[in-house]
Amino acid sequence: MYSVLTRGNAILTYTLSVLACLTFLCFLSTLTVDYRTAAQMNTVKVVVKNVPDYGASRERNDLGFLTFDLKTDLSHLFNWNVKQLFLYLTAEYITPNNELNQVVLWDKIILRGENAILDFKNMNTKYYFWDDGNGLKGHSNVTLTLSWNIIPNAGLLPNIQAIGQHSFKFPTDYTQTRV
Amino acid sequence: MLDSIFDDVKRMNKRQFIYQVLSFGMIVSSALMIWKGLMVVTGSESPIVVVLSGSMEPAFHRGDLLFLTNYPEEPVRVGEIVVFKVEGRDIPIVHRVLKLHEKNNGTVKFLTKGDNNSVDDRGLYAQGQLWLTKKDVVGRARGFLPYVGMVTIYMNEYPKFKFAVLACLAMYVLVHRE
Repeated sequence: MYSVLTRGNAILTYTLSVLACLTFLCFLSTLTVDYRTAAQMNTVKVVVKNVPDYGASRERNDLGFLTFDLKTDLSHLFNWNVKQLFLYLTAEYITPNNELNQVVLWDKIILRGENAILDFKNMNTKYYFWDDGNGLKGHSNVTLTLSWNIIPNAGLLPNIQAIGQHSFKFPTDYTQTRV
Repeated sequence: MLDSIFDDVKRMNKRQFIYQVLSFGMIVSSALMIWKGLMVVTGSESPIVVVLSGSMEPAFHRGDLLFLTNYPEEPVRVGEIVVFKVEGRDIPIVHRVLKLHEKNNGTVKFLTKGDNNSVDDRGLYAQGQLWLTKKDVVGRARGFLPYVGMVTIYMNEYPKFKFAVLACLAMYVLVHRE
């Protein structure tokens, strides 16, 4: 019983099981890696406006503008089971309306092999900082954090928060001029 | 080749034939049990999904497999990849949470965006829908396996291929003997 079919079947089965086994070992080998590391961030310019949110409810909501500095070295996070890092900068704060607000202001994709040593000065945000209401004016404690989502070749998809954060205040008056 | 298969069938007696049918039923029912069991363990109505679009590239490509969980006690947070259903669309969407507002009574509303899209998902939601809530979520992505889902994509795109594969498998199980 040595036909082309049986031989092809044997080769295919063997190849697939070896591949599956290697993939599983690759996943196991990076299961216990600690992906935390430090990042320094700072806000440079912070203003708040009160304008209608035409993208959503059309009501007048608080819209924050800020520029930030960010400095971190993530190059040592890459190993053979890290395909990509998805970085995101989150503003987290409490308002009378909501007990938790999280807004992503900026994100960046870093593929393996790309430069992972970041040093940004006075960067603009990528997304609008809309509040869900009018809770930003005079807010005294908005926390900026940097986090990353690790995309493996095969395995878990952990979200890791950087060590180090930055808290800032919004001014007590709305800015009327163009920003 | 075919002759030998039919010879095998002819040489079977009744008991052997029933045995083969039963073992075939066994395979089908254990596959169903594993799927339902995963639903219980993960809390998600669809514990494994295949990525069908390129909107999360370069993280997920078409044909990659995602493993989901959906535990009610684990809160949704910004940066997580959620799989959600939108009214009027059959296919669930895999995108990342961009903004989130949680009220004191525990109700959460959030907005998503695909990594590879330049705008957020408000255009994809149902008419007039501005936010997603917990009830829209099918699961949160926890594990990733590349390429494996390509098989199901081919099966859906070429129904003939699907029937051929199914027929071959059924034939093999029914006829194969140790």
